[in-house]
Amino acid sequence: MTTTASTTPAGTPEPSAEGLGAGEPLLAVEDLTVRFPTYDGLVQAVTGLSYRLEQGSTLGIVGESGSGKSVSSMAVLGLHDAKRTQMSGSIRLAGKEIVGMSESRLMRIRGKEAAMIFQDPLSALHPFFTVGKQLAEAYLVHNHVSRKVARKRAVEMLDRVGIPQAKNRVDDYPHQFSGGMRQRVMIAMALINDPRLLIADEPTTALDVTVQAQILDLLQELQRDFNSAIVIITHDLGVVAEMADDVLVMYAGRCVEYGPCKEILTHPEMPYTWGLLSSVPDISAAADARLIPIRGNPPSLLNPPTGCPFHPRCDHTDKVPGDLCATQLPELSAASTGGVHIKRCHLANPEEIYFTEILPEIAPDLAEELSGTTGAEEGGTSR
Amino acid sequence: MFAYIVKRLISGAVVVVLISMGVFALFWFGPRNPALPLCNIDTSNRCRPAILQAYEHNMGFDDSVVHQYGLWAKGVVVGRSMALGTESHKCPAPCLGIDYRTKLPVWKELTTKFPATLSLALGASLMYLVLGVGVGVLAARRRGTWIDKSLVTGSLLLSSIPFYLVALLASLWFTISLGLFPSTGYHPITHNPAKWFAGLILPWLVLGIWGSTSYTRFSRGSMVESLGEDYIRTAKAKGLPARKVVFKHALRAAMVPVVTIFGLDFATLLAGTIFAERIFGIEGIGKWGLDAVTVKNLPVVSTTVLVASVAVVASNLLVDLIYSVLDPRVRLT
Ligand SMILES: Nc1ncnc2c1ncn2[C@@H]1O[C@H](COP(=O)(O)OP(=O)(O)OP(=O)(O)O)[C@@H](O)[C@H]1O
Ligand code: SF4
Ligand SMILES: [Mg+2]
Repeated sequence: MTTTASTTPAGTPEPSAEGLGAGEPLLAVEDLTVRFPTYDGLVQAVTGLSYRLEQGSTLGIVGESGSGKSVSSMAVLGLHDAKRTQMSGSIRLAGKEIVGMSESRLMRIRGKEAAMIFQDPLSALHPFFTVGKQLAEAYLVHNHVSRKVARKRAVEMLDRVGIPQAKNRVDDYPHQFSGGMRQRVMIAMALINDPRLLIADEPTTALDVTVQAQILDLLQELQRDFNSAIVIITHDLGVVAEMADDVLVMYAGRCVEYGPCKEILTHPEMPYTWGLLSSVPDISAAADARLIPIRGNPPSLLNPPTGCPFHPRCDHTDKVPGDLCATQLPELSAASTGGVHIKRCHLANPEEIYFTEILPEIAPDLAEELSGTTGAEEGGTSR
Repeated sequence: MFAYIVKRLISGAVVVVLISMGVFALFWFGPRNPALPLCNIDTSNRCRPAILQAYEHNMGFDDSVVHQYGLWAKGVVVGRSMALGTESHKCPAPCLGIDYRTKLPVWKELTTKFPATLSLALGASLMYLVLGVGVGVLAARRRGTWIDKSLVTGSLLLSSIPFYLVALLASLWFTISLGLFPSTGYHPITHNPAKWFAGLILPWLVLGIWGSTSYTRFSRGSMVESLGEDYIRTAKAKGLPARKVVFKHALRAAMVPVVTIFGLDFATLLAGTIFAERIFGIEGIGKWGLDAVTVKNLPVVSTTVLVASVAVVASNLLVDLIYSVLDPRVRLT
């Protein structure tokens, strides 16, 4: 994990973040709702999502496929077609409201203030243009320079992201690069205008493990150099553990748990997060760690479950009085550790359940080790 | 690239030679005695067996087909003198035979007919492409809206009307009733470019608008697909203006499949558009071939077949070259 200052969602903004009002973070998403009218009905892709991100820090968004991770982040760049999308709430990026912003103003923000790296680096690059052209184009839209200067900048960026012989490779086409190299090209393209915010949508999913580690290292290194904020979207809690300062867990388009990375990983309080942790192979080095997939299927976004969206798949509904889980949507509330960690669940004593039931299942030795020290650990992490 | 073009030209030439053999064989072993049409033409349909026999002998139809093909092929390269009925005609290279009716070398006629067809084809196909792709792109960008729906429905309706009807109505309406486009027909561009243009504008419009309908639907589909590609999202996320995203990034990719049908259509146009040429009085390959078929003017018929095969071979090569320009992943070796 990086040791950047002010990593909590409620932290104070960096003094260098110019153009921001006092106390305003680089990115503040407030009650964001994104819906797509389709022939089958209204797809409720994102509902009531809020989070904040400071300059220089990293937010990890996790959740299974279809939970609205990409949709919510694309909204930050205003990439949803206004005619086909119903959007409400607020997204303030560097003090400017993105929701409802005109296309011409959005154009000046995209790639300049905030840039995005997409999941599949082959399909995300245009197959018919050289990487140099695509990089230079990204630079040229936001800078009044000659093609030659833009090309030089492209070579520089390729070099920066670790493409060997960047000078010679700049005229190659995307298909002439390996998957990892293509992702480096994407990163170079995203960072070519020194954006303050970088959104990486599953940047390593298509890559093998060693390349994955290299790309993550590169992102961290570049973050230190450029002091950009990163939103990293992933299925992989390992990636989150390595990169993120804060974690936001999404389920069925909603935030279900949100807080500092360390707290979420060590004191998760929402059964869906427990499920995610249980299905990570390397959460603990223990040989007898068990992999437990979450039962059932992701919910329909056309017709989301009543009450807690996770209730059809939850193993703990019996611990909640009545049929509250099925009838009433839990509000986001402070976790028992207090502070800035919030969760969306009716359970009264989630900590106890986690340490007595869940942890021994997924990481028995870790549970043993922690059983004596839980109290001390808690005191240490509260801010 | 250069080696590839040479290779393709050679293989194209082989195809054309094979087709010429096929055409020659058909000519020879066809359902009719090849000398009979000429005899009929010369005697105003009063051909007697004695005359026919003399014709056959003079023209070498009692000789072996292989030997005669050799003579024919040699004539294409160096020219020859050719017996036609009882007379002999000079047929300079490239000799494609002597027209049964006019008794002129077919090649010479071809050089007057082909420019007419080529002019018609170039103008019409440009129209197809610009109009069809333009409307298709517009529909794709507005997909799902009433603009999209009316454009698609309109093009479907128009294309369901047979071409000859559209052409006939247009000709009746504009030329005869309204008196517009009075000089419709073909006038060589070398004589009078303005007249050339004025003569072809109506057929271009009619062929172009009618033909563009399939391009509208095709490029709409292709464009919708390419607008949904991940790299289009990337282009938007870079901050490119919509115009650049659509016309540079999306259209470039959408054109690849369109080029394929364009190649086929262009070849078809080059082989002669029978209806358009007849209705608008253009003395091109299509009309020439049709007239030749009705009187079994065999040298002309076989020449039009050859022209069509050359057109197909050439436009295929052109399509492949355009592919390689459009898509760098297509390596021409
Ligand atoms: N333009 C759209 N129109 C209709 N539905 C959409 C649209 N874009 C996304 N969706 C739907 O919204 C839901 C959330 O999609 P999103 O891409 O955000 O999921 P995700 O969390 O990124 O999943 P993954 O991990 O698979 O990338 C999905 O059910 C998807 O089908
Ligand atoms: S609210 Fe109920 S159903 Fe939802 S996660 Fe908590 S216990 Fe499970
Ligand atoms: Mg996604």
